[in-house]
Amino acid sequence: MKKSGSDPDFPPTPDGGGPEIGVRPRFSAARRFAYFDHDADTGIIGRGATLAEAFVQAAEATFALMCDTDAVQPTERIDVEFTEADPELALVTWLNLLLAHANAQGLALGRFALEQDGGRWRGSARGERWHPGLERGTQVKGATLTALNVARDGDGWEARCVVDL
Amino acid sequence: MDLSRLTRIDDWTWVVPRTAADTRHEARLYGSRSLLEAMDDKVLEQITNVARLPGLVGPALAMPDAHWGYGFPIGGVAAFDPDHGGIISAGGVGFDISCGIRCLRTDLTAADIAPNAEWLGDALLRDIPAGVGVEGALQLNERELDAALLGGARWAVEQGHGIAADLAVIEEHGCIDGARPDNVSSLAKRRQRGEMGTLGSGNHYLEVQKVERVHDERAAAAFGLFKDQVVVSIHCGSRGLGHQIGTEFLVSLAKAASRLGLVLPDRELACAPIKSPEGQQYLGAMNAAINCALANRQILAHLARRVFARRFPLAQIDTLYDVSHNTCKAERHQVDGRERLLYVHRKGATRAFGPGHPAIPAAYREVGQPVIIGGSMGTGSYILAGTKQSEERAWSSASHGAGRAMSRNQALRRWRGRAVVDELGVRGIVIRSNSMRGIAEEAPGAYKDIDDVAEATERAGLAKRVASLRPLVCIKG
Repeated sequence: MKKSGSDPDFPPTPDGGGPEIGVRPRFSAARRFAYFDHDADTGIIGRGATLAEAFVQAAEATFALMCDTDAVQPTERIDVEFTEADPELALVTWLNLLLAHANAQGLALGRFALEQDGGRWRGSARGERWHPGLERGTQVKGATLTALNVARDGDGWEARCVVDL
Repeated sequence: MDLSRLTRIDDWTWVVPRTAADTRHEARLYGSRSLLEAMDDKVLEQITNVARLPGLVGPALAMPDAHWGYGFPIGGVAAFDPDHGGIISAGGVGFDISCGIRCLRTDLTAADIAPNAEWLGDALLRDIPAGVGVEGALQLNERELDAALLGGARWAVEQGHGIAADLAVIEEHGCIDGARPDNVSSLAKRRQRGEMGTLGSGNHYLEVQKVERVHDERAAAAFGLFKDQVVVSIHCGSRGLGHQIGTEFLVSLAKAASRLGLVLPDRELACAPIKSPEGQQYLGAMNAAINCALANRQILAHLARRVFARRFPLAQIDTLYDVSHNTCKAERHQVDGRERLLYVHRKGATRAFGPGHPAIPAAYREVGQPVIIGGSMGTGSYILAGTKQSEERAWSSASHGAGRAMSRNQALRRWRGRAVVDELGVRGIVIRSNSMRGIAEEAPGAYKDIDDVAEATERAGLAKRVASLRPLVCIKG
């Protein structure tokens, strides 16, 4: 069940005959992402037990702005690998690599995985080529360094930044 | 914004006061009291940060439509001297490099459009690739893309997308010097392979508009504008290629700044000295992205003309002007009575050369450069003309849009896409889009009052109003 309405982190999306996108329950086992306000763009927040899990949720938040990630069929796969010791720059690098490869290959992405080994990161994402059956949201141009923060959140981690739309 | 933190110079000019120990340059904001009160305090913080950058000449400036950006505020303007350690900043240009507006003027009137508005909306949505994940008809290989990055709109015209007369009324005559396709990564080029001739999403649009009111008869005559005339405005930029260049250089310049010992008040002001290898690397890539955007808008203009030609085969459709509002450009300006070469960053700000400037097309030179302020789909847009005064006050710069009054999340809480389409339909505005969410995010009420922004732009001496435009048909990306 998708949530909408009163939670300021989870805006309802317009009906328009299409599925809701960018709207997810907050702290279910599987979904732990949210949004925060920015004048022209949007802030995304991912939370997880590990840094990598928080980054995966940040990716979910980012791609849910563009389409209903639940409706995306995992028929195509992209792999990314990078080295970045700074966790904040690692978040931006992870998101921007996904955005770039998805754009270059014409893919809508909906499933994400990431592993961390010190400053080395290895991740993947699954999705399918865009088609008229997928409701279109707003393209994310890139993850920015604005409001960029990766920090401990209770027993886990929280990763946030503004994405440019 | 808390106005108690500003010093009022006049009704339209405000500065952030400095303490005696503060060595930064002046941070100056233009706008009415009400526009400034509505701005986020982050605008103040960001423009003050810009005033601390090395090699800045004169004040750091915020236009009347300024809002919270990344690094620079959107609506931020700053000029740097390469011979005095001046920097070039990826955060001062933004992700959508050379985003801008192409305006076409027609010899049609609103009465011609009224019975054809629904047809036009459908035909334009079908023929103008719009929205996330939508590719264009062109698939460019790397050699063809490199040619586009070197040639800009000139390349597009050579490929049959439009007419040579268009080039005379595009900034830089459709092609900026200094583009270095070799400085653009292969990933950036791969992102652009299918995106040349696409609108994108978010606040990008193609709009059929009518001239609602002529404010300045002489300038309007020079621009070929008259009341009830139909014009077409196309707002978009350098698409995936520009986004990737912005992405890559934001991080690499942040690291370069650290390595070069530049102390930045905000990491997002990622920059390097203009004359450094890193600065030159970015400059060459950014210029390639400017040409990419110019080519993109040229192709879209051609596609729009073809749609009009099907229903209005005898219509004359010329380019009025094409102006970018996310750039850093080398320009000559007078500083204390001496001409200097400066690199002027305009992030969400439009160049606005005053009358007589040699870069202005001959037909417009007496009245000033056309300045286009894009509004929301419900409230319209403005065409203005640059002023002499703007050279002294803002390095010949002016506002670029209405500016958001609320965030996208707030807009989504308040409006639904279908309801916005229906409401605007009752007002005679046809909306077409592949994204209902996008329409809700871009609801007219989510933007500041364009009339206030245009008035403040004129009152602050940045540009004078020539004509206001009202939307008839809007294709939202």
